[in-house]
Formats: sequence, C-alpha cells, structure tokens
Amino acid sequence: MKPGFSAMTVSALTLGFAFLYIPILLLMIFSFNESRLVTVWGGFSFKWYGELFRNRLLLESIWVTLKIALTSATLALVLGTLAAITLVRFVRFRGRTLFSGMIFAPLVMPEVITGLSLLLLFVAVDWDRGFSTVVVAHTTFTTAYVAVVVQSRLLTFDEMLEEAAMDLGATPLRTFFVITLPVIAPALVSGWLLAFTLSLDDLVIASFTTGPGATTLPMRIYSQVRLGITPEINAISTILIAVVALGVITASLIQKRQFARRGGHG
Amino acid sequence: MMDAKPADVRGPQEPWRDPSAVPLIEIRDVVKTFGNFVAVDDVWLDIYPREFFALLGPSGCGKTTLLRMLAGFETPTSGSIRIDGVDMSAVPPYRRPVNMMFQSYALFPHMTVEQNISFGLKQEGMGRSEIADRVAAMLGLVELTDFARRKPHQLSGGQKQRVALARALVKRPKVLLLDEPLGALDRRLREQTQFELVNIQESLGITFIIVTHDQDEAMTVSTRIAIMDRGRTVQVGTPGEIYEYPNSLYVSQFIGEVNIFESRVVEAGKDHVTVFSPEADTTIFADRGLDAVPGQEVYAAIRPEKMSIAKTPPEDAGHNCISGTVFDIGYLGSISVYHVRLANGTKVKVTTANRHRFVERPITWDDPVWVWWPPAASVILLA
Amino acid sequence: MQQGRPAPPPISPGPPPTPFEVLDRTLPPTSPWAIGARLISLIEKRGRSAVIFIPYVWLVLFFLVPFFIVLKLSFSEAVLAQPPYAPLLDLVDEAGNWYLSARFNLSNYITLLTDDLYVRAYLSSLKIAATATLLTLAVALPLAYAIARAPESWRLTLLMLIILPFWTSFLIRVYAWIGILKNEGLLNALLLGLGLISEPLIILNTNVAVYIGIVYSYLPFMVLPIYASFDRMDPSLIEAAIDLGCRPSTSFWKITVPIAFPGIVAGCMLVFIPAVGEFVIPDLLGGSQTLMIGRLLWVEFFSNRDWPLASAVAIVLLLILVLPIMYFQRSQARRAEREAPQ
Repeated sequence: MKPGFSAMTVSALTLGFAFLYIPILLLMIFSFNESRLVTVWGGFSFKWYGELFRNRLLLESIWVTLKIALTSATLALVLGTLAAITLVRFVRFRGRTLFSGMIFAPLVMPEVITGLSLLLLFVAVDWDRGFSTVVVAHTTFTTAYVAVVVQSRLLTFDEMLEEAAMDLGATPLRTFFVITLPVIAPALVSGWLLAFTLSLDDLVIASFTTGPGATTLPMRIYSQVRLGITPEINAISTILIAVVALGVITASLIQKRQFARRGGHG
Repeated sequence: MMDAKPADVRGPQEPWRDPSAVPLIEIRDVVKTFGNFVAVDDVWLDIYPREFFALLGPSGCGKTTLLRMLAGFETPTSGSIRIDGVDMSAVPPYRRPVNMMFQSYALFPHMTVEQNISFGLKQEGMGRSEIADRVAAMLGLVELTDFARRKPHQLSGGQKQRVALARALVKRPKVLLLDEPLGALDRRLREQTQFELVNIQESLGITFIIVTHDQDEAMTVSTRIAIMDRGRTVQVGTPGEIYEYPNSLYVSQFIGEVNIFESRVVEAGKDHVTVFSPEADTTIFADRGLDAVPGQEVYAAIRPEKMSIAKTPPEDAGHNCISGTVFDIGYLGSISVYHVRLANGTKVKVTTANRHRFVERPITWDDPVWVWWPPAASVILLA
Repeated sequence: MQQGRPAPPPISPGPPPTPFEVLDRTLPPTSPWAIGARLISLIEKRGRSAVIFIPYVWLVLFFLVPFFIVLKLSFSEAVLAQPPYAPLLDLVDEAGNWYLSARFNLSNYITLLTDDLYVRAYLSSLKIAATATLLTLAVALPLAYAIARAPESWRLTLLMLIILPFWTSFLIRVYAWIGILKNEGLLNALLLGLGLISEPLIILNTNVAVYIGIVYSYLPFMVLPIYASFDRMDPSLIEAAIDLGCRPSTSFWKITVPIAFPGIVAGCMLVFIPAVGEFVIPDLLGGSQTLMIGRLLWVEFFSNRDWPLASAVAIVLLLILVLPIMYFQRSQARRAEREAPQ
C-alpha cells in the first residue's frame, strides 16, 4: 500500500483540521470586532488592542509569566536531561523503579493534585509563596516532559560515538560536552521549548502555588474569562497565537531546510 | 533426503522448449513507470506450471516491481499480465490466485504462528475444522508444530522464514511469489533453506517465482532465470545456459567470474569463430557460430575455471594460449586463484581445483606460466 | 581570615589530574569557582552518582514528599487558623506535663464516603472522562491514519498542524469555545441562520460542552501516539493481509488497529487520566450540574478553605487513578526498553 490521498483520508483531514482551527480563527477574527457582542460584527477595529495596552495589570502579568517560564524551563532542561541520561544509561541502580515512576507520573497527574501537594509543602516548610514557589512548581512538572523528549533522542543515540571519543583520549565529562550534547541538542531545544510553553500556559498549578506579586497571565485571563466574553482577551489571545505560530513555523522551516540539506541522497 | 524424483512426476522437464505447453503466467509488454523513472521496461515472459523461476538482477533493476505487479500491489502502466489464462488487470490483490512471501516476512506481530498461518484461510470463510487440518499439515511440513502458539518475536530468523512460507502456501496458490526470501538468513542457513525450498516446491507442485540479487541462490533453486538490467530482461534461460552461454557482456560479468578480452573478428562461420585479441595477444577460437563480419569488434569471455595453467606450454600451443607471470595467488581452500600478468600488462585470472592436499606449490609467485583453454570455453560476445 | 588549605597531596603516579582538579586545588575553597570546579571534578570522578543524584533529590523533595504531606493532611482536622488545619502530631503542655498528642482523624474520608455529593462527583468525573476519551479516540483514529497514509512530503506539515494548537494556550483554546457554544453564540447563529433549528441549542454549561472541550484540548495527545504506531508499522504487513485475501477495509480493523493497540492505549491514558481531574474545562464550559472532582477540590480548597478535606479528595482521586497511572508508566518503560538499542 503506497502512501497517497484517498477520498476518505482527505475528508478525515479536512474535518479534523477544521475542528482544530475554526475555533481559533473565530477567536482571532472577533478580536478585531468593534462590537463587544460575539455574534454581531460591528466593523473592523483595533479598539481592543488599544484597551489591552492600557491594562497595566495584564501587561505586568505577561512580564512575570515570561520570567517564570524562562527560569523554570532552564532548570527543567538541566534536571530533565540528567534524568533522561539516568533512565537510558544507568539500567540498574537502587530505586530505579521509584525514579522512573517519579519521572513519568507528572505527565498524567491531574494538575489540581500537583498544585495542591506543592502548596502544602511550601506551607509546611514556611516558604514565602511568590515567584520562587511558582518556579519550583513549574520546574517539577515540566521536568518530566523534558526527560521524555531527551530520553527518546538518547535511545537512538549511538553510544559508539562516545566510546570513540573516549578512545581518542577525551574524559567522560569532556565527551559529554563535546560529543553527546551537540548530537542531542535538537532534543534539548524542543524539550526546553516544551517546558517553556507548558509553564506559560499553566493556570492550575500556578494558582495553587503563587503568592503576592506573582500573578501570571493565565490567572489574569482566567479571572476575566470567568466574568464572560471580553474582546480584550481575544486580542491578547490573537497576539499570543500569532507569536507562537510564527515561532513554530520558523522553527519547523529551519528544521526542514536542515533536513533537506543533510538528507537528499544519503 | 534429496532423493531424485522420477522425471514423469515433475511433468515435462523443460516445458519452455515444448511449443504446445501452455504457460501459467503470461507477461506481455509490461511497462511500469514511476514519474519519469522507468522501473519495468517492456518485459515479455512466459512462466510454465511447476517452474521455479528466478528474477535476478542488481537492486533497482525492476525485479521487485515486476513481482509486485504479479501480486497486484502495482498496476502496469501498460501491457498485460495473465495468470492461468485470466487477465489480472481488474483483479485486486486479495482475489488473485497468488500468494507472496515478503522480504521482511511481514508476520503479524499480534498473532501466534497458528493464527498467522490460518489468517488467509479465514478470509476465504473456510470451515473451522478444515482450517485446523490444513494449518496442522502446514506446520508439519515446515517443522513448526511445537511452535504453533508462539508469537513471531519468540522465533528465530529461520523459524520466522518458515512461518512466512507456510502462511503463503497454506492457501494453495497457483503461484508463490518470494521476495528475497532468504536475504535475512546467515549463509549456512541460507544454503540449507535453498534445498528445503526446492523440496517443498517439488512436492507441492506449485509454481514459484523468486526475486533475488544473489546469483548463487538463483542458480541453486531455479529451473530458469531471467536476468534483469534497468527494467529489461536481458537473458532468460536455465542456469546452465546463462552461465555457459551468456548473451551479453552484462550477463557474463553478472554471473560468476570471467576474463574479458577485447577482440576483432578474423573469420566467422556457422559453427566456429576466430578472433584476434591484442589485449590477450593471441588468436581465440570458439566452436560456436556467430553472426559477425571480419574486423567487427567483439569481446571474448573465458571463465577462469575453464583455463589450464602450467609452467610448461601445452603441446599444441597455437590459439587459445597465452603466457605471462604469476603475480598473486589466492588460496581459498577448495580452489586456488592465480593472477597472471601478460607481457603487455593485461591481467588474467585462472582458478584450479585443489584436488590434492596442498603440500607443495607447483606454481608460485613470479613463475612464468602458460595459460590455455579449449575452444568450447571461449564465448564470443557482440559489443 | 581564611584558613589555609591543607597542602595538596603529593602527586602520585597515576592519571594526571584533570583541569578541574587542578582548579580545585589552587582556588580558595569558598569561591564560587572553587565550588563549581569541585562539583565538576566530583562529577568526573563519581559522574554516575552525581547524574542520578541531582534529579533524584529534586523529585523526591518536590514530588514525593508533597504527596506524603497531602496524605498526612488528609487525616487532619480543619480549623479556622493560618494555615487552616490542626497539626497531626503536637507537643502539648498540659499543666507542666509534656506529651505528644496524635490526632488521627478519619472524618474527611468518612465525609467523602457518606456525602452523596463526593461519590457522585467521582463517578461523574470517571464517566465524563471515559466518554470524552472514547470521543477523542473516534476523532483521532481516522485523523492519525490519514496522516500516516499521506505522502511522505506532507506528513511533517500535517503533524505540525496537529501540534500547533497545543503550543497555544490551553485556556485560550477553551475560551474560544465559549463564544461558539453560547446560546447567542456563533454555532447557534449559524444553525438558526440556515434554518436547521428554530430555537437556540443549549450547549454551553452542559456536559456536551465539556466533552467538546476535552476532545478539542486533548486531541494532539491522542493523535500523536497513534500516529507513531501507524508510522512504525511495516507497510508490508497490510500488503501481506491483502495478499492473503483480506479486503483493505477489513485489514484496517484486523491488522492495523491491533498492531497500533499500544499506541491507542497510551493515547487513551494520556487523555483519560488528566481529564478525570480536569478543572478548567468543566469550570468554563460545564454548568452547575457538571460535577467533576477537580472542580470540587478547587472549591473545597479556595472557597471553603477546607484544606484537609481537599487533601482527602486528592488522595482518593489518586487511589482511583493509581491503576491507570501505573499501567501507563509500565507501558512507557516497556516502550523505552523496546526502543533501546540491544
């Protein structure tokens, strides 16, 4: 069976992608609606973008969210990479079952439980809640994602490359930095981006673990959305989606070009 | 094990020589293109019942595409395929009287050996007890009765290969297609399996078509071989015909080792040819006729094992005799390979069977030697 | 004054010191450089232990320990205080006599078991999550298959289109449906405009809206593992089935789906488990009668400030999910082992 489009697969793809994208497109379109009402098109306007830039609280929360996401994604990258190396390279050590359990569990753990348990920890040790607690919480749950991404890359990594480097006189640590890291770098980048996005996106865990002065963007959006539809939220959503889409498309174009350059007639 | 079967059991020995024989498979002017690439280029083949037919060629020669067209996975761009007199163009692969043994074996990983083998029969809607009987018989034939309840991942390579064979044969197809069936096995197992395949084919009387790039395999198992090159069949014949009388430089070089000398025709007759080769610096005489004119450029091809080598010249050192110096010797156990350099620099390969224990070397490095061969060993090929 | 370091040990014949070891010996012991160098030389010497140690400790501290705190708290009593719970163990001074008081309290669990609200909430969470998972599977299966069967040059793009919404905010994607599903929303406007319905459908604030929200938000999690199984599959397996007399449509159910089964199960777990504890979707799209345990926990915690009861809710939720979670982990570990080079 050679690959190709058939009537069935084309309709599955059309319906599937319509389902995925129409809500987002409508959301974006109505951010330019003059009227506050969802179903009434009051004419094209940038009114809500103007409102957005006057909303100081919202703008502040963007900055807080970015700082949290940058810090926790970087921490999660380090921890997740070490964890992935542990899982792939050290087949036997005491407590491995517990370890792999702790790595994979956050992937499916309901957010309310993660949030609640971390908050109770912070209360128990009297840790002032705020920026640092959210960072710790986000690092903990995004580490799992980084570990999974890096792990799947390490599984296909040819260990003979490392053996060759060590045979040529590189110490294990040097081998890691000069051989292993560059080879798995793409997985590290996607792991970091994944952790970054998850942190940007998180509402539940941040709501539990945050404190004064560390209100994140999803929390602000949530409190406005609960009150009903506000085109201002459509406007910020449109900006976020545009930024993300641009980033993802650029990244995949770069990847595609590299792939084409490397692949071809291999 | 390998007791020879009487000729009448196998039917006519060489149906392709019998003008009244009806071919089972008729491939007529079949062309298959993928975009601009011509995978199969105007192939015409007749394959007769009970044949073990090999499609042999390097990778990319179109042999697998041809096989897949027989199975129905590819549709010919033009031309037609008839199996047992029925045109196959409108018959989907799941209705064709052919079954295929895949290169990767394609055993269903979620089914046991038994379930894999019975899968095809269940599709026919055959009764439960009949399926059980047939599967049991098939398991016996491939000696896997004890492994019936295993899953494919619990089997060795050779066992997987036999399950794949059993699964394809249990439906009693008119034709069994084998796509590089032994490619994944190691050499010893491959040789053993080749004989088993021939035995099974002879005992079941099913027509086998095998695709392979391994010339030894094709020579061992098949009744006839079609050598393919860039989508075309360049020669079709029995293993002996192809080896002894290649019809082109390509075939002679593809099958076995050969010494090639560029030559010019001196004289061509009905039952002989004489050519002169400046490369070999000798006159070469062949005892088969050739349709050529004097002065025409041809190639003389001589198999290394058909040459004799000695430190003294033969008695009638006229034609088919050259002299040079031994510059390398390869001792391969059963045979030895002598590399001889002629005075003009041409290199010639000669092999001799080591019939006697290798005690002392009659011929050694830097020895001046004579090399000669009988007229029947010279094959003259048109350029 | 800094204390002088002990003299470096005499250089013994053996492997030459690494640059980090040299740094370690020459720098003052408290400078950050020295600590860094010592850490690195430690990693060089005991690399294995260090690599395991760092993430291990982090996960124990911030993943395992918090669970025990939740467990402990679930046996406590709620009080009006800061923090709002009574300690489980306490040193009590009663007329000069110190004794350790342990108040082990099962009342939270008794509440959960006897109060109809909680039992119904657990059951309805499981039901909603299971229904939504099946719906997601129904949408994802043809989609994953269509992508796997698409021409090679298209596949990366199609996959990227599946993943792209995942990179945009979850909250925003759920929010987008409010405008569509509202009584005076776009869907009703469209259907009314087409004359298909005479009065608006009530979808928002019902379970249907929750199903739509879950299918929509979790679709990539279902599509990706199923696609991966389809993609990994040897295409000659389908050809073999067809060659043996199976129609292409039958071969999909007899061969493709069973072989992709691990991927399907993984996808279902990735949707089902988080969906059981989902908060945002039932909160924004569900109605007052949409009873889901994640939302209830949130309410107990933030509105009623009953932390012990919220903890007990979490523990019971975990107990319910522990089997699927362990199953998921096992399959993940098995997958990792299978893919590991021999």
